[in-house]
Amino acid sequence: MTKAVLRLNGIEKAFAALKVTDCLSLDVLEGETHAIIGPNGAGKTTLIHQISGVLAPDAGRIHFDGRDVTDLPVSARAHLGLARTFQITQVLASFTTLENVALAVQASAGSSFRFWRPAEVETPLNAAAMAALATVGIAARAPIRAGALSHGEKRLLEIAIALAQAPKLLLLDEPMAGAGAQETHRLVQTLGELKRRYTIVLVEHDMQAVFALADRVSVLVEGRIIATGTPQAVRTNAAVRAAYLGHAA
Amino acid sequence: MVGSARVASLAAHWWALPFEERLAVGLFLPLMLLPVAALGLGGYLLVIGERAMILAIAALSLQLLIGVAGLISFGHAAFLGIGAYAAGILASHGHGTLVLALPAAILSSALFALLTGAIAVRSRGVYFIMITLAFGQMAYFVASSLAPYGGDDGLTWPTRTLVFGTRVLKSETVFYYVALAALGGVYVLMGRLVGSRFGRVLRGLTDNERRVEAIGFAPYPYRLTAYVMAGATCGLAGFLLGNEVEFVSPAYMHWQRSGELILMVLLGGSGQRYGPIVGAMTYLLLEESLARFTEHWKVILGPLLVVVALFGRGGIAGIIERWRLGELSLAMLWAACGAIARAQAKRVMGGLRQAEAVAAGALDRAIPRSKASAAAFVARWRLSKMRVGEAVVSLALIVDRSISTTIARWRRR
Amino acid sequence: MPTSLVLVQLFNGLQFGVLLFLVAAGLTLVFGVMDFINLAHGVQYMLGAYLAVAFFRLTGSFFAAAALALPASLLFGLALELGVFRHLYGRDHLSQVLATFGVILFLNQGVKIVWGAAPLNMALPELLSGSVPLMEGLRYPVYRFAIIGVGLAVAGGLYVFVNHTRIGMLVRAGASNAAMVAALGVDVKRLFTIVFGFGAMLAGLAGVMVAPILSVEPGMGDQVLILAFVVIVIGGIGSIRGAFVAALLVGVIDTLGRSFMTDALRLVLPPSPARVIGPALASMGIYLLMAAVLAWRPAGLFPAKGRT
Repeated sequence: MTKAVLRLNGIEKAFAALKVTDCLSLDVLEGETHAIIGPNGAGKTTLIHQISGVLAPDAGRIHFDGRDVTDLPVSARAHLGLARTFQITQVLASFTTLENVALAVQASAGSSFRFWRPAEVETPLNAAAMAALATVGIAARAPIRAGALSHGEKRLLEIAIALAQAPKLLLLDEPMAGAGAQETHRLVQTLGELKRRYTIVLVEHDMQAVFALADRVSVLVEGRIIATGTPQAVRTNAAVRAAYLGHAA
Repeated sequence: MVGSARVASLAAHWWALPFEERLAVGLFLPLMLLPVAALGLGGYLLVIGERAMILAIAALSLQLLIGVAGLISFGHAAFLGIGAYAAGILASHGHGTLVLALPAAILSSALFALLTGAIAVRSRGVYFIMITLAFGQMAYFVASSLAPYGGDDGLTWPTRTLVFGTRVLKSETVFYYVALAALGGVYVLMGRLVGSRFGRVLRGLTDNERRVEAIGFAPYPYRLTAYVMAGATCGLAGFLLGNEVEFVSPAYMHWQRSGELILMVLLGGSGQRYGPIVGAMTYLLLEESLARFTEHWKVILGPLLVVVALFGRGGIAGIIERWRLGELSLAMLWAACGAIARAQAKRVMGGLRQAEAVAAGALDRAIPRSKASAAAFVARWRLSKMRVGEAVVSLALIVDRSISTTIARWRRR
Repeated sequence: MPTSLVLVQLFNGLQFGVLLFLVAAGLTLVFGVMDFINLAHGVQYMLGAYLAVAFFRLTGSFFAAAALALPASLLFGLALELGVFRHLYGRDHLSQVLATFGVILFLNQGVKIVWGAAPLNMALPELLSGSVPLMEGLRYPVYRFAIIGVGLAVAGGLYVFVNHTRIGMLVRAGASNAAMVAALGVDVKRLFTIVFGFGAMLAGLAGVMVAPILSVEPGMGDQVLILAFVVIVIGGIGSIRGAFVAALLVGVIDTLGRSFMTDALRLVLPPSPARVIGPALASMGIYLLMAAVLAWRPAGLFPAKGRT
């Protein structure tokens, strides 16, 4: 049986009287690309925050790669192999593109409590960083200051940073958000190549991308998963249609 | 022929060095030669030089916090005091030797940094500023209440730190070079630190903490380490400061001294490694010259701080960098001022012309009654004033245009 | 330790705490609503005291002086806001720290130029200059009771204002999320000015009340400022309730500590080291309290921005 890289068990989260995550359970199997979709206000962002460690759930457990990570902070989970991209691109604007990724490589390449040797001459770090940049196709922009990159390039950089963490799970938070048609196409292509090598959780609104990339889809409505299955099965599911279209189809 | 070729190649070599290294030479070379100048100009020069270099070490250590780690510490002067007191207390008990006093100064500062930093670094932003301010004052008060070590009046050292039993530090020249060596060492150390793996993590955390956390770096251990390192380095500066004056008092740790250290870093520029050195020297020069001017020199310093805070983006180093990158030059300054002035002149001109039209109309209406009437007189007076004003503005515009053309021609040549 | 002495110091601590609250309240609001770190708040307190002395010399009456000094210090605060602080909202904290530090230097020196460096004094008002018997053999000055009374009244008024008026609601909302309040269409500039002016007046009031019992000198606001910071950090930024609780705590602990630490230590240590360590420990007291609170709650006791 394929092992579950990420297992959410009975996750609950409420902000005062508003229940944002309601008894949510989810399994992400090794090697699959699992998309999470849902209408606005369904609680996707809160869910991502809980998976990555920004928010702590009120109840329930989160297991990552067999370990209970519910009480671990963001950086510890990242160390275990949970790499995440942000919906609003967060790169280190004052660093070069290469240095952004090299920092990610550094996180899993020994201690960073080294005070003397210049980090920029560490060839193994740079080589791994360039490889990640090449995978997403922006290796040519390596020496450019990340703040000067175009929006699409920054998105690709985000993915490169995640790749450089040698992740066991890629958590992608709406990578197509705000992307134009060309950009979306490029991203879908890139993600299509990554699909084969990584386990991916893809939170997305863009249905075309979801159906092109996802092996399985979970539908999140009002904090609860109402359906999980292949994209085709979900598309024809009555409850899902009711949630999106407002009436039983 | 051969000689000039060698000179040319040396010159080429020199200009090929990165700007920061050239500037470092430009700073350290005069410092190395200062004692020679002091032979002629008086030993007081040495004392000022020492003071500047010691404060530069303190400012460099603060830059690690403000510029690299993004931690605004308003209690940094406490480490100056702790270093000086540690060495001074040992000296007063007859144990003022290098082997004991120097490690004591550095370690006690590091310990204070560890204890207070453990609490302070957990908070960010405004909390951190206030907490460090509070802890700095705490150190000040504890020192004030140490009656056996002078309390408020301070502690006079019996002598400078003994180096292996000798009073070699008594010679001002020797002490000067010791301070210079310390400054050079700290300068190199800071450079290495910023470029190292550790420095990279710190810089990343300051740029975008969320991002770096998500990569796998917990902020707390790195920032706390930086805080302890900065504290220890400043303790070294305190050791030197106490030695220089052979005296230490709680005033070293007063929060105003912490504020002065922040000013030094910002004045010089927190973005470049040479910034704090330039800032420390500039501040000392400012203090010396203003104090000669008036006893109430702080009345002038105060508004200066406000101006630096509002307009001094990047400090002196920032200005130098922008000049270097061609973003700033006299021509641009003139162009910018010129643009503003020209816009103002056009507005004034327009206003004048409007008013002139009104006045001319008033004159026309007044004349049928009596040429010598008061209204006519006033209208004529207003009209002539306006015409003079227009002439002046036109002249100014002509002058501005000729200067701009000259500058443009000079740039194109 | 006779109970009468403890009681006296307890009341002194309350009085000190109430004064700290007046200074800290304005400071915490300004932090909370405008995210503006105002180091120059202490000079507001100092100016209140100096203005009280100046007007007292003019009018000869404490109450007239107080009635004049309060609006004067409000005007001064507004002038500072208009001239300097307004340009600092939204700037990074470092610039704010540096600029307000400059204002402190300028005003401390300015006060020295105008009134001289020697400490000034002011007489207690006739009406409040007596003392009241508390218990057998113990009298406590009426004036200090008056300070406590005024402080508690202001605290009560502030509570009503912040929790039961529209402007108070805006202030609370602003302390929680200023950007949102602006997005909702509230004239944030005016709100800022009101908050700032109010805080300045409270600090000035503290200064006015303290003028007859402390020596009025340049720099008297600095230590009060730092204590106010401690109060705010303990109480939680943006929270008036936190400032109140923390101020009283700080006031009482500091006063009692200074009075009794040496004696308390004598119970466990020989007199000589007790006499050295006692004052040192006493002066560290509130900072240790701050460290302890922060170790337990890094955002203070009642942070306005809520806990996640």
